[in-house]
Amino acid sequence: MTALKPGLRLKSGVCSAEVMIVKGAGETSLTCGGVPMLGADESADGAAAVAAEMNGCLVGKRYVNEDQSLEVLCIKPGEGSLAADGAPLTVKQAKKLPSSD
Amino acid sequence: MNTAMLLQMAAEAGVGRFALTSAGRHYAAAELLAAAGGAAERIRASGCQFVSLLDVSSAATPVALFGAAMAGVPYAPLNYRLPADQIRALIARLDSLYLIADEDNCAAHRGDPGIGAALTSAQFLEAALAHPDPEPVWPDDPGIAVQLFTSGTTGPPKAAILRHEHLMSYILGSVEFMSAAEDEATLVSVPPYHIAGISALLSSIYAARRIVQLADFSAPAWLDLVEGEAVTSAFVVPTMLARIVEELEAGSGSRDLRTLRAIAYGGGHMPVSIIERALELFPTVDFTNAYGLTETSSTITLLGPEDHRQAMASDDEETRRRLGSVGQALPSVEIEIRDAGGEALAPGQRGEIYVRGPQVSGEYRERSAVDADGWFPTRDIGYLDADGYLHLGGRADDVIVRGGENISPAEIEEVLLTHPAVVDAAAVAVASEQWGEAVGVAVVLKSGASASADALQDLVRSRLRSSRVPEAVRFVDELPYNETGKLLRRDIKRWFA
Repeated sequence: MTALKPGLRLKSGVCSAEVMIVKGAGETSLTCGGVPMLGADESADGAAAVAAEMNGCLVGKRYVNEDQSLEVLCIKPGEGSLAADGAPLTVKQAKKLPSSD
Repeated sequence: MNTAMLLQMAAEAGVGRFALTSAGRHYAAAELLAAAGGAAERIRASGCQFVSLLDVSSAATPVALFGAAMAGVPYAPLNYRLPADQIRALIARLDSLYLIADEDNCAAHRGDPGIGAALTSAQFLEAALAHPDPEPVWPDDPGIAVQLFTSGTTGPPKAAILRHEHLMSYILGSVEFMSAAEDEATLVSVPPYHIAGISALLSSIYAARRIVQLADFSAPAWLDLVEGEAVTSAFVVPTMLARIVEELEAGSGSRDLRTLRAIAYGGGHMPVSIIERALELFPTVDFTNAYGLTETSSTITLLGPEDHRQAMASDDEETRRRLGSVGQALPSVEIEIRDAGGEALAPGQRGEIYVRGPQVSGEYRERSAVDADGWFPTRDIGYLDADGYLHLGGRADDVIVRGGENISPAEIEEVLLTHPAVVDAAAVAVASEQWGEAVGVAVVLKSGASASADALQDLVRSRLRSSRVPEAVRFVDELPYNETGKLLRRDIKRWFA
Protein backbone atom coordinates (compact mmCIF):
# COMPACT_ATOMS: atom_id res chain seq x y z
CA MET A 1 0.00 0.00 0.00
CA THR A 2 1.21 3.48 -0.86
CA ALA A 3 -0.21 6.83 0.21
CA LEU A 4 -0.93 8.47 -3.13
CA LYS A 5 -1.00 12.17 -3.87
CA PRO A 6 -0.83 14.14 -7.12
CA GLY A 7 2.73 14.64 -8.32
CA LEU A 8 4.08 11.47 -6.64
CA ARG A 9 6.32 9.44 -8.95
CA LEU A 10 6.49 5.65 -8.72
CA LYS A 11 8.57 3.09 -10.62
CA SER A 12 7.89 -0.48 -11.59
CA GLY A 13 9.52 -3.34 -9.69
CA VAL A 14 9.59 -5.55 -12.79
CA CYS A 15 10.26 -3.33 -15.80
CA SER A 16 11.36 0.16 -16.87
CA ALA A 17 7.90 1.75 -16.42
CA GLU A 18 7.42 4.87 -14.31
CA VAL A 19 4.23 6.75 -13.51
CA MET A 20 3.20 10.04 -11.96
CA ILE A 21 -0.04 10.36 -9.98
CA VAL A 22 -2.31 12.92 -11.64
CA LYS A 23 -5.43 12.41 -9.55
CA GLY A 24 -6.21 10.31 -6.53
CA ALA A 25 -5.28 10.22 -2.88
CA GLY A 26 -5.10 7.78 0.00
CA GLU A 27 -3.79 4.29 0.56
CA THR A 28 -3.82 2.32 -2.68
CA SER A 29 -1.99 -0.74 -3.89
CA LEU A 30 -0.67 0.35 -7.26
CA THR A 31 0.99 -2.48 -9.18
CA CYS A 32 2.88 -2.91 -12.43
CA GLY A 33 3.14 -6.44 -13.80
CA GLY A 34 1.30 -7.57 -10.67
CA VAL A 35 4.06 -6.32 -8.33
CA PRO A 36 3.70 -3.21 -6.11
CA MET A 37 5.25 -0.04 -7.59
CA LEU A 38 8.12 1.59 -5.71
CA GLY A 39 8.99 5.06 -4.47
CA ALA A 40 12.11 6.86 -5.67
CA ASP A 41 14.39 5.46 -2.94
CA GLU A 42 12.90 1.96 -2.69
CA SER A 43 14.41 -0.99 -4.55
CA ALA A 44 12.79 -4.09 -5.99
CA ASP A 45 12.55 -7.09 -3.65
CA GLY A 46 12.89 -9.58 -6.50
CA ALA A 47 9.20 -10.51 -6.69
CA ALA A 48 8.39 -12.12 -10.03
CA ALA A 49 6.06 -10.47 -12.50
CA VAL A 50 2.65 -12.00 -13.12
CA ALA A 51 2.75 -13.14 -16.75
CA ALA A 52 -0.88 -12.17 -17.37
CA GLU A 53 -0.10 -8.61 -16.31
CA MET A 54 2.73 -7.96 -18.76
CA ASN A 55 0.83 -6.25 -21.55
CA GLY A 56 2.78 -3.01 -21.42
CA CYS A 57 2.14 0.64 -20.64
CA LEU A 58 2.80 3.50 -23.05
CA VAL A 59 4.57 6.75 -22.29
CA GLY A 60 2.33 9.82 -22.44
CA LYS A 61 -0.88 7.82 -21.90
CA ARG A 62 -3.11 8.47 -18.91
CA TYR A 63 -4.45 5.41 -17.12
CA VAL A 64 -7.57 5.43 -14.95
CA ASN A 65 -9.50 3.07 -12.70
CA GLU A 66 -13.12 2.28 -13.36
CA ASP A 67 -14.72 5.25 -11.60
CA GLN A 68 -11.85 7.55 -12.70
CA SER A 69 -11.07 8.46 -9.09
CA LEU A 70 -7.46 7.48 -9.83
CA GLU A 71 -5.50 8.79 -12.80
CA VAL A 72 -1.81 8.19 -13.47
CA LEU A 73 0.41 9.41 -16.28
CA CYS A 74 2.91 6.93 -17.70
CA ILE A 75 6.17 8.91 -17.79
CA LYS A 76 8.43 6.03 -18.85
CA PRO A 77 7.23 3.05 -20.89
CA GLY A 78 7.54 -0.59 -19.78
CA GLU A 79 6.35 -4.14 -20.33
CA GLY A 80 4.18 -4.37 -17.21
CA SER A 81 0.51 -3.38 -17.12
CA LEU A 82 -0.88 -1.13 -14.40
CA ALA A 83 -3.48 -2.05 -11.81
CA ALA A 84 -4.88 -0.50 -8.63
CA ASP A 85 -6.15 -2.65 -5.76
CA GLY A 86 -6.21 -5.63 -8.12
CA ALA A 87 -8.25 -4.01 -10.90
CA PRO A 88 -6.53 -3.20 -14.21
CA LEU A 89 -6.19 0.45 -15.19
CA THR A 90 -7.31 1.42 -18.69
CA VAL A 91 -6.17 4.14 -21.07
CA LYS A 92 -8.17 7.35 -20.68
CA GLN A 93 -9.53 8.19 -24.10
CA ALA A 94 -9.12 11.86 -24.96
CA LYS A 95 -10.96 13.87 -27.58
CA LYS A 96 -8.49 15.08 -30.19
CA LEU A 97 -8.37 18.86 -30.06
CA PRO A 98 -6.85 21.31 -32.51
CA SER A 99 -3.81 23.11 -31.12
CA SER A 100 -4.85 26.43 -29.67
CA ASP A 101 -1.46 27.77 -28.65
CA MET B 1 2.91 17.71 -10.07
CA ASN B 2 5.72 19.59 -11.70
CA THR B 3 5.73 20.99 -15.24
CA ALA B 4 9.41 19.99 -15.51
CA MET B 5 8.06 16.49 -16.16
CA LEU B 6 6.77 17.60 -19.58
CA LEU B 7 10.26 18.59 -20.69
CA GLN B 8 11.85 15.42 -19.30
CA MET B 9 9.37 13.20 -21.15
CA ALA B 10 9.97 15.13 -24.37
CA ALA B 11 13.73 14.89 -23.88
CA GLU B 12 13.61 11.10 -23.53
CA ALA B 13 11.10 10.39 -26.30
CA GLY B 14 11.95 13.16 -28.72
CA VAL B 15 15.41 11.95 -29.74
CA GLY B 16 16.29 13.12 -33.23
CA ARG B 17 13.97 16.13 -33.13
CA PHE B 18 14.57 19.77 -32.36
CA ALA B 19 12.35 21.40 -29.74
CA LEU B 20 13.31 25.02 -30.35
CA THR B 21 14.68 27.31 -33.03
CA SER B 22 15.77 30.68 -31.69
CA ALA B 23 17.85 33.31 -33.47
CA GLY B 24 18.83 30.71 -36.07
CA ARG B 25 20.09 28.07 -33.59
CA HIS B 26 18.34 24.74 -32.95
CA TYR B 27 17.98 23.08 -29.54
CA ALA B 28 16.91 19.51 -28.75
CA ALA B 29 14.59 18.95 -25.78
CA ALA B 30 17.39 17.07 -23.99
CA GLU B 31 19.62 20.13 -24.33
CA LEU B 32 16.92 22.40 -22.88
CA LEU B 33 16.35 19.91 -20.04
CA ALA B 34 20.05 19.88 -19.13
CA ALA B 35 20.30 23.67 -19.41
CA ALA B 36 17.22 24.13 -17.19
CA GLY B 37 18.77 21.69 -14.72
CA GLY B 38 21.93 23.77 -14.66
CA ALA B 39 19.95 26.98 -14.26
CA ALA B 40 17.93 25.43 -11.41
CA GLU B 41 21.14 24.74 -9.46
CA ARG B 42 22.15 28.39 -9.59
CA ILE B 43 18.63 29.62 -8.80
CA ARG B 44 18.55 27.34 -5.76
CA ALA B 45 22.02 28.50 -4.69
CA SER B 46 20.92 32.16 -4.91
CA GLY B 47 18.19 31.57 -2.33
CA CYS B 48 15.82 33.73 -4.39
CA GLN B 49 12.07 33.21 -4.06
CA PHE B 50 11.07 34.22 -7.61
CA VAL B 51 12.53 34.05 -11.12
CA SER B 52 11.65 36.79 -13.61
CA LEU B 53 12.41 37.19 -17.26
CA LEU B 54 12.32 40.84 -18.29
CA ASP B 55 13.12 40.53 -21.98
CA VAL B 56 11.82 39.45 -25.37
CA SER B 57 11.60 35.70 -25.99
CA SER B 58 14.78 33.75 -26.67
CA ALA B 59 16.22 30.35 -25.75
CA ALA B 60 16.55 31.80 -22.23
CA THR B 61 12.72 31.75 -21.96
CA PRO B 62 12.13 27.97 -21.72
CA VAL B 63 15.33 27.56 -19.69
CA ALA B 64 14.08 30.12 -17.14
CA LEU B 65 10.53 28.68 -17.09
CA PHE B 66 11.65 25.08 -16.49
CA GLY B 67 14.66 26.08 -14.39
CA ALA B 68 12.31 27.86 -11.97
CA ALA B 69 10.04 24.78 -11.89
CA MET B 70 13.00 22.53 -11.07
CA ALA B 71 14.19 24.94 -8.38
CA GLY B 72 10.64 24.96 -6.99
CA VAL B 73 10.13 28.73 -7.16
CA PRO B 74 7.50 30.71 -9.12
CA TYR B 75 8.35 32.01 -12.58
CA ALA B 76 7.12 35.60 -12.85
CA PRO B 77 7.89 37.07 -16.29
CA LEU B 78 7.60 40.86 -16.55
CA ASN B 79 6.51 43.14 -19.36
CA TYR B 80 9.69 44.75 -20.72
CA ARG B 81 7.63 47.48 -22.40
CA LEU B 82 6.49 49.00 -19.11
CA PRO B 83 8.07 52.24 -17.89
CA ALA B 84 10.94 51.78 -15.39
CA ASP B 85 8.97 52.98 -12.36
CA GLN B 86 6.19 50.46 -13.01
CA ILE B 87 8.73 47.64 -13.44
CA ARG B 88 10.36 48.72 -10.16
CA ALA B 89 6.98 48.57 -8.40
CA LEU B 90 6.40 45.02 -9.67
CA ILE B 91 9.92 43.90 -8.68
CA ALA B 92 9.19 45.14 -5.15
CA ARG B 93 6.33 42.61 -5.08
CA LEU B 94 8.75 39.76 -5.98
CA ASP B 95 11.10 39.74 -3.01
CA SER B 96 13.70 38.30 -3.47
CA LEU B 97 14.07 38.10 -7.20
CA TYR B 98 16.40 36.26 -9.58
CA LEU B 99 16.21 38.70 -12.50
CA ILE B 100 17.05 37.75 -16.08
CA ALA B 101 16.82 40.82 -18.32
CA ASP B 102 17.98 42.50 -21.49
CA GLU B 103 21.12 44.59 -21.07
CA ASP B 104 19.37 47.94 -20.54
CA ASN B 105 16.85 46.61 -18.04
CA CYS B 106 19.51 44.59 -16.23
CA ALA B 107 21.58 47.71 -15.74
CA ALA B 108 18.55 49.80 -14.78
CA HIS B 109 17.10 47.39 -12.22
CA ARG B 110 19.99 45.41 -10.72
CA GLY B 111 20.02 47.74 -7.72
CA ASP B 112 16.25 47.76 -7.13
CA PRO B 113 14.94 46.77 -3.70
CA GLY B 114 14.02 43.07 -3.85
CA ILE B 115 16.70 41.99 -6.33
CA GLY B 116 18.65 38.94 -5.11
CA ALA B 117 20.55 38.30 -8.33
CA ALA B 118 20.56 40.03 -11.72
CA LEU B 119 22.04 38.86 -15.00
CA THR B 120 21.46 39.39 -18.69
CA SER B 121 19.57 36.82 -20.75
CA ALA B 122 22.77 36.09 -22.67
CA GLN B 123 24.76 35.50 -19.46
CA PHE B 124 21.99 33.32 -18.03
CA LEU B 125 21.70 31.17 -21.15
CA GLU B 126 25.46 30.88 -21.63
CA ALA B 127 25.99 29.70 -18.05
CA ALA B 128 23.09 27.23 -18.28
CA LEU B 129 24.44 25.72 -21.49
CA ALA B 130 28.03 25.66 -20.21
CA HIS B 131 27.17 23.98 -16.89
CA PRO B 132 24.25 21.69 -17.68
CA ASP B 133 22.69 19.08 -15.43
CA PRO B 134 21.48 16.30 -17.74
CA GLU B 135 19.71 14.44 -14.91
CA PRO B 136 17.99 17.17 -12.93
CA VAL B 137 15.86 16.41 -9.89
CA TRP B 138 12.96 18.51 -8.69
CA PRO B 139 10.29 18.57 -5.99
CA ASP B 140 7.15 16.55 -6.83
CA ASP B 141 4.87 19.48 -6.17
CA PRO B 142 6.35 22.90 -5.45
CA GLY B 143 2.94 24.59 -5.61
CA ILE B 144 3.07 27.83 -7.60
CA ALA B 145 4.47 27.48 -11.11
CA VAL B 146 3.77 30.89 -12.55
CA GLN B 147 2.87 34.30 -11.21
CA LEU B 148 1.67 36.69 -13.89
CA PHE B 149 0.74 40.29 -13.47
CA THR B 150 -2.49 40.94 -15.35
CA SER B 151 -2.37 43.73 -17.90
CA GLY B 152 -4.22 46.06 -15.54
CA THR B 153 -6.47 47.70 -18.13
CA THR B 154 -9.03 48.38 -15.38
CA GLY B 155 -6.80 49.00 -12.34
CA PRO B 156 -3.41 48.24 -10.81
CA PRO B 157 -1.94 44.90 -12.03
CA LYS B 158 -3.14 41.86 -10.08
CA ALA B 159 -0.71 39.00 -9.38
CA ALA B 160 -2.46 35.93 -10.82
CA ILE B 161 -1.17 32.59 -9.59
CA LEU B 162 -1.06 29.36 -11.57
CA ARG B 163 -0.06 26.20 -9.73
CA HIS B 164 1.74 23.30 -11.39
CA GLU B 165 -1.48 21.28 -11.07
CA HIS B 166 -3.42 23.85 -13.14
CA LEU B 167 -0.91 23.98 -15.98
CA MET B 168 -0.43 20.20 -15.95
CA SER B 169 -4.22 19.66 -16.03
CA TYR B 170 -4.44 21.98 -19.01
CA ILE B 171 -1.61 20.29 -20.93
CA LEU B 172 -2.54 16.68 -20.11
CA GLY B 173 -6.20 17.40 -20.86
CA SER B 174 -5.70 19.13 -24.19
CA VAL B 175 -2.41 17.93 -25.72
CA GLU B 176 -1.55 14.39 -26.78
CA PHE B 177 2.07 13.49 -25.95
CA MET B 178 4.37 13.40 -29.02
CA SER B 179 1.36 13.97 -31.28
CA ALA B 180 3.10 16.39 -33.66
CA ALA B 181 4.30 15.10 -37.02
CA GLU B 182 8.06 15.28 -37.51
CA ASP B 183 7.90 18.29 -39.84
CA GLU B 184 5.71 20.39 -37.54
CA ALA B 185 7.00 23.77 -36.44
CA THR B 186 5.02 26.43 -34.62
CA LEU B 187 5.74 30.15 -34.72
CA VAL B 188 5.51 31.79 -31.30
CA SER B 189 5.29 35.57 -31.54
CA VAL B 190 3.41 36.40 -28.33
CA PRO B 191 5.65 37.90 -25.64
CA PRO B 192 6.92 35.67 -22.81
CA TYR B 193 4.95 37.53 -20.13
CA HIS B 194 1.64 36.61 -21.79
CA ILE B 195 -0.11 33.39 -20.68
CA ALA B 196 -0.27 32.31 -24.35
CA GLY B 197 3.52 32.59 -24.51
CA ILE B 198 3.84 30.20 -21.58
CA SER B 199 1.19 27.72 -22.69
CA ALA B 200 2.71 27.69 -26.19
CA LEU B 201 6.03 26.48 -24.75
CA LEU B 202 4.43 23.79 -22.59
CA SER B 203 2.03 22.52 -25.30
CA SER B 204 4.53 22.36 -28.10
CA ILE B 205 7.28 20.78 -26.04
CA TYR B 206 4.86 18.06 -24.87
CA ALA B 207 3.55 17.52 -28.42
CA ALA B 208 7.18 17.46 -29.71
CA ARG B 209 6.40 20.31 -32.09
CA ARG B 210 9.41 22.50 -32.87
CA ILE B 211 9.00 26.02 -31.52
CA VAL B 212 10.22 28.87 -33.72
CA GLN B 213 10.50 32.11 -31.78
CA LEU B 214 9.89 35.59 -33.14
CA ALA B 215 11.14 38.07 -30.55
CA ASP B 216 9.66 41.25 -31.95
CA PHE B 217 6.52 40.93 -34.05
CA SER B 218 6.08 42.62 -37.39
CA ALA B 219 4.04 41.20 -40.26
CA PRO B 220 6.98 41.01 -42.70
CA ALA B 221 9.23 39.32 -40.11
CA TRP B 222 6.46 36.85 -39.27
CA LEU B 223 5.92 35.99 -42.94
CA ASP B 224 9.69 35.69 -43.52
CA LEU B 225 9.98 33.17 -40.68
CA VAL B 226 7.01 31.12 -41.92
CA GLU B 227 8.81 30.83 -45.24
CA GLY B 228 12.37 30.46 -43.96
CA GLU B 229 11.64 27.93 -41.20
CA ALA B 230 8.89 25.99 -43.02
CA VAL B 231 6.48 26.85 -40.22
CA THR B 232 3.32 24.70 -40.09
CA SER B 233 1.29 26.44 -37.35
CA ALA B 234 1.12 29.68 -35.39
CA PHE B 235 -0.75 31.47 -32.63
CA VAL B 236 -1.50 35.16 -33.09
CA VAL B 237 -3.44 37.83 -31.24
CA PRO B 238 -6.05 39.72 -33.32
CA THR B 239 -3.90 42.78 -34.03
CA MET B 240 -1.15 40.51 -35.39
CA LEU B 241 -3.56 38.73 -37.73
CA ALA B 242 -4.93 42.09 -38.90
CA ARG B 243 -1.41 43.24 -39.80
CA ILE B 244 -0.58 39.96 -41.56
CA VAL B 245 -3.80 40.25 -43.58
CA GLU B 246 -3.01 43.86 -44.53
CA GLU B 247 0.56 42.97 -45.50
CA LEU B 248 -0.61 40.13 -47.75
CA GLU B 249 -3.41 42.21 -49.28
CA ALA B 250 -0.89 44.94 -50.09
CA GLY B 251 0.82 42.16 -52.06
CA SER B 252 4.44 43.10 -51.37
CA GLY B 253 6.49 40.45 -53.19
CA SER B 254 5.63 36.83 -53.77
CA ARG B 255 5.78 34.45 -50.84
CA ASP B 256 5.59 30.70 -50.54
CA LEU B 257 3.52 30.05 -47.43
CA ARG B 258 2.39 26.55 -48.41
CA THR B 259 3.85 24.88 -45.32
CA LEU B 260 1.39 26.77 -43.09
CA ARG B 261 -1.46 24.44 -42.11
CA ALA B 262 -2.96 25.95 -38.95
CA ILE B 263 -3.43 29.36 -37.36
CA ALA B 264 -4.85 29.74 -33.86
CA TYR B 265 -5.93 33.15 -32.63
CA GLY B 266 -7.09 34.60 -29.34
CA GLY B 267 -6.17 37.02 -26.60
CA GLY B 268 -8.67 39.68 -27.58
CA HIS B 269 -11.73 40.40 -29.67
CA MET B 270 -11.31 39.40 -33.32
CA PRO B 271 -13.45 41.45 -35.71
CA VAL B 272 -15.39 39.11 -38.02
CA SER B 273 -14.25 41.14 -41.03
CA ILE B 274 -10.59 40.29 -40.29
CA ILE B 275 -11.21 36.57 -39.90
CA GLU B 276 -13.26 36.48 -43.11
CA ARG B 277 -10.42 38.12 -45.04
CA ALA B 278 -7.90 35.75 -43.43
CA LEU B 279 -9.99 32.72 -44.42
CA GLU B 280 -9.99 33.98 -48.02
CA LEU B 281 -6.23 34.61 -48.02
CA PHE B 282 -5.46 31.19 -46.49
CA PRO B 283 -8.09 28.87 -47.97
CA THR B 284 -6.23 25.68 -47.00
CA VAL B 285 -5.25 26.74 -43.47
CA ASP B 286 -7.12 25.40 -40.42
CA PHE B 287 -8.26 28.28 -38.21
CA THR B 288 -8.89 27.84 -34.49
CA ASN B 289 -10.20 30.54 -32.18
CA ALA B 290 -9.20 30.12 -28.55
CA TYR B 291 -10.68 31.94 -25.58
CA GLY B 292 -9.06 31.87 -22.20
CA LEU B 293 -7.67 34.01 -19.42
CA THR B 294 -4.46 34.08 -17.45
CA GLU B 295 -6.49 32.81 -14.47
CA THR B 296 -7.67 29.75 -16.44
CA SER B 297 -4.22 28.53 -17.62
CA SER B 298 -4.98 29.74 -21.16
CA THR B 299 -7.60 28.13 -23.42
CA ILE B 300 -11.04 27.17 -22.06
CA THR B 301 -13.10 27.27 -25.27
CA LEU B 302 -12.27 26.48 -28.88
CA LEU B 303 -13.83 27.27 -32.23
CA GLY B 304 -12.17 24.63 -34.40
CA PRO B 305 -11.36 24.48 -38.13
CA GLU B 306 -14.54 22.56 -38.99
CA ASP B 307 -16.65 25.16 -37.14
CA HIS B 308 -15.00 27.92 -39.18
CA ARG B 309 -15.69 26.17 -42.50
CA GLN B 310 -19.31 25.35 -41.61
CA ALA B 311 -19.98 28.92 -40.50
CA MET B 312 -18.41 30.40 -43.65
CA ALA B 313 -20.39 28.07 -45.94
CA SER B 314 -23.72 28.29 -44.11
CA ASP B 315 -26.81 30.26 -45.11
CA ASP B 316 -28.31 29.72 -41.67
CA GLU B 317 -27.93 32.89 -39.65
CA GLU B 318 -27.31 31.10 -36.33
CA THR B 319 -24.56 28.90 -37.81
CA ARG B 320 -23.03 31.84 -39.66
CA ARG B 321 -22.94 33.84 -36.43
CA ARG B 322 -20.65 31.21 -34.87
CA LEU B 323 -17.75 32.70 -36.80
CA GLY B 324 -17.94 35.52 -34.27
CA SER B 325 -18.05 33.11 -31.32
CA VAL B 326 -15.19 31.56 -29.35
CA GLY B 327 -16.57 28.04 -29.75
CA GLN B 328 -17.33 25.34 -27.21
CA ALA B 329 -15.80 24.49 -23.84
CA LEU B 330 -12.89 22.02 -23.61
CA PRO B 331 -14.05 18.58 -22.40
CA SER B 332 -12.75 19.18 -18.86
CA VAL B 333 -14.16 22.71 -18.56
CA GLU B 334 -17.67 23.78 -17.50
CA ILE B 335 -19.18 27.14 -18.38
CA GLU B 336 -22.19 28.86 -16.89
CA ILE B 337 -23.72 32.26 -17.63
CA ARG B 338 -25.10 34.02 -14.57
CA ASP B 339 -27.10 37.17 -13.96
CA ALA B 340 -26.07 39.92 -11.55
CA GLY B 341 -27.78 38.03 -8.70
CA GLY B 342 -25.74 34.87 -9.37
CA GLU B 343 -28.59 32.87 -10.96
CA ALA B 344 -27.76 30.64 -13.94
CA LEU B 345 -29.17 31.92 -17.24
CA ALA B 346 -30.64 29.97 -20.15
CA PRO B 347 -29.03 29.74 -23.62
CA GLY B 348 -29.27 32.99 -25.54
CA GLN B 349 -29.31 35.12 -22.39
CA ARG B 350 -26.41 37.45 -21.77
CA GLY B 351 -24.65 37.58 -18.42
CA GLU B 352 -21.31 37.07 -16.70
CA ILE B 353 -19.27 34.03 -17.75
CA TYR B 354 -18.38 31.62 -14.92
CA VAL B 355 -15.91 28.78 -15.46
CA ARG B 356 -14.91 25.67 -13.53
CA GLY B 357 -12.37 22.89 -14.11
CA PRO B 358 -9.02 21.46 -12.98
CA GLN B 359 -7.03 24.01 -15.04
CA VAL B 360 -8.88 26.99 -13.52
CA SER B 361 -6.89 28.76 -10.82
CA GLY B 362 -8.83 31.97 -10.24
CA GLU B 363 -6.31 32.74 -7.55
CA TYR B 364 -4.40 35.93 -6.90
CA ARG B 365 -1.51 36.57 -4.52
CA GLU B 366 -3.88 38.48 -2.25
CA ARG B 367 -7.07 36.39 -2.51
CA SER B 368 -8.90 33.68 -4.43
CA ALA B 369 -11.81 34.71 -6.64
CA VAL B 370 -13.17 31.14 -6.84
CA ASP B 371 -16.43 30.42 -4.97
CA ALA B 372 -17.07 27.45 -2.65
CA ASP B 373 -18.20 25.26 -5.58
CA GLY B 374 -15.09 25.99 -7.64
CA TRP B 375 -16.60 28.53 -10.04
CA PHE B 376 -14.46 31.44 -11.20
CA PRO B 377 -16.19 34.67 -12.29
CA THR B 378 -14.31 35.80 -15.40
CA ARG B 379 -15.70 39.38 -15.38
CA ASP B 380 -16.35 38.76 -19.09
CA ILE B 381 -19.86 39.12 -20.48
CA GLY B 382 -21.32 36.65 -22.94
CA TYR B 383 -24.00 34.15 -23.83
CA LEU B 384 -24.11 30.50 -24.89
CA ASP B 385 -26.16 29.54 -27.95
CA ALA B 386 -28.36 26.43 -28.03
CA ASP B 387 -25.37 24.24 -29.02
CA GLY B 388 -23.02 25.60 -26.37
CA TYR B 389 -21.08 28.06 -28.54
CA LEU B 390 -19.89 30.95 -26.41
CA HIS B 391 -20.33 34.49 -27.70
CA LEU B 392 -18.34 37.19 -25.93
CA GLY B 393 -19.67 40.65 -25.23
CA GLY B 394 -16.72 42.41 -23.62
CA ARG B 395 -15.62 42.99 -20.04
CA ALA B 396 -18.25 43.41 -17.32
CA ASP B 397 -16.50 46.65 -16.36
CA ASP B 398 -17.01 47.96 -19.90
CA VAL B 399 -20.77 47.42 -19.97
CA ILE B 400 -22.63 50.64 -20.67
CA VAL B 401 -25.53 51.20 -18.28
CA ARG B 402 -28.01 53.51 -19.96
CA GLY B 403 -31.04 54.31 -17.83
CA GLY B 404 -30.75 50.97 -16.06
CA GLU B 405 -30.34 49.01 -19.29
CA ASN B 406 -27.10 47.03 -19.76
CA ILE B 407 -25.52 47.50 -23.17
CA SER B 408 -22.57 45.44 -24.32
CA PRO B 409 -20.07 47.42 -26.43
CA ALA B 410 -19.56 44.39 -28.68
CA GLU B 411 -23.16 44.50 -29.98
CA ILE B 412 -22.70 48.02 -31.28
CA GLU B 413 -19.15 47.47 -32.55
CA GLU B 414 -20.17 44.42 -34.60
CA VAL B 415 -22.89 46.47 -36.35
CA LEU B 416 -20.55 49.40 -37.07
CA LEU B 417 -17.95 47.04 -38.55
CA THR B 418 -20.47 45.87 -41.15
CA HIS B 419 -20.36 49.37 -42.72
CA PRO B 420 -18.04 49.22 -45.75
CA ALA B 421 -16.18 52.40 -44.76
CA VAL B 422 -15.44 51.30 -41.16
CA VAL B 423 -12.25 49.40 -40.30
CA ASP B 424 -12.34 49.62 -36.51
CA ALA B 425 -14.80 50.79 -33.88
CA ALA B 426 -15.11 50.98 -30.12
CA ALA B 427 -18.18 51.76 -28.04
CA VAL B 428 -17.73 53.18 -24.54
CA ALA B 429 -19.88 54.74 -21.84
CA VAL B 430 -20.11 58.51 -21.98
CA ALA B 431 -21.67 60.65 -19.28
CA SER B 432 -25.27 61.59 -19.94
CA GLU B 433 -27.41 63.90 -17.80
CA GLN B 434 -30.58 62.19 -18.87
CA TRP B 435 -29.48 58.50 -18.74
CA GLY B 436 -26.50 58.43 -16.40
CA GLU B 437 -24.49 56.80 -19.18
CA ALA B 438 -24.98 56.76 -22.92
CA VAL B 439 -23.15 55.27 -25.87
CA GLY B 440 -20.16 56.97 -27.43
CA VAL B 441 -18.32 55.43 -30.37
CA ALA B 442 -14.84 56.00 -31.72
CA VAL B 443 -14.62 55.01 -35.37
CA VAL B 444 -11.69 54.47 -37.73
CA LEU B 445 -12.53 54.83 -41.42
CA LYS B 446 -10.79 53.12 -44.31
CA SER B 447 -8.35 55.49 -45.98
CA GLY B 448 -10.14 57.37 -48.73
CA ALA B 449 -13.60 56.21 -47.58
CA SER B 450 -16.17 58.37 -45.85
CA ALA B 451 -19.22 57.92 -43.65
CA SER B 452 -21.18 60.52 -41.71
CA ALA B 453 -22.09 60.27 -38.03
CA ASP B 454 -25.74 60.30 -39.10
CA ALA B 455 -25.23 57.34 -41.42
CA LEU B 456 -23.58 55.31 -38.63
CA GLN B 457 -26.33 56.22 -36.17
CA ASP B 458 -28.95 55.18 -38.74
CA LEU B 459 -27.15 51.88 -39.28
CA VAL B 460 -27.22 51.05 -35.56
CA ARG B 461 -30.87 52.17 -35.31
CA SER B 462 -31.82 49.87 -38.18
CA ARG B 463 -30.22 46.81 -36.56
CA LEU B 464 -30.54 47.29 -32.79
CA ARG B 465 -32.83 48.87 -30.23
CA SER B 466 -32.91 52.68 -30.15
CA SER B 467 -31.09 52.70 -26.77
CA ARG B 468 -27.99 51.41 -28.62
CA VAL B 469 -27.77 54.36 -31.00
CA PRO B 470 -24.58 56.27 -30.25
CA GLU B 471 -25.11 59.73 -28.83
CA ALA B 472 -21.57 60.77 -29.67
CA VAL B 473 -19.54 59.71 -32.71
CA ARG B 474 -15.88 60.54 -32.99
CA PHE B 475 -13.70 59.80 -36.01
CA VAL B 476 -10.09 58.92 -35.20
CA ASP B 477 -7.00 57.71 -37.10
CA GLU B 478 -6.58 54.62 -34.94
CA LEU B 479 -7.76 53.03 -31.69
CA PRO B 480 -5.36 52.54 -28.78
CA TYR B 481 -4.29 48.92 -28.21
CA ASN B 482 -1.66 47.54 -25.88
CA GLU B 483 1.09 45.34 -27.38
CA THR B 484 -0.91 42.12 -26.96
CA GLY B 485 -3.93 43.51 -28.71
CA LYS B 486 -6.10 44.56 -25.79
CA LEU B 487 -8.18 47.62 -26.55
CA LEU B 488 -7.51 50.39 -24.02
CA ARG B 489 -11.08 51.55 -23.40
CA ARG B 490 -10.04 53.77 -20.54
CA ASP B 491 -8.09 55.92 -23.00
CA ILE B 492 -11.04 56.09 -25.39
CA LYS B 493 -13.39 57.15 -22.59
CA ARG B 494 -11.11 60.12 -21.93
CA TRP B 495 -11.72 61.37 -25.49
CA PHE B 496 -15.39 61.85 -24.61
CA ALA B 497 -14.83 63.37 -21.16
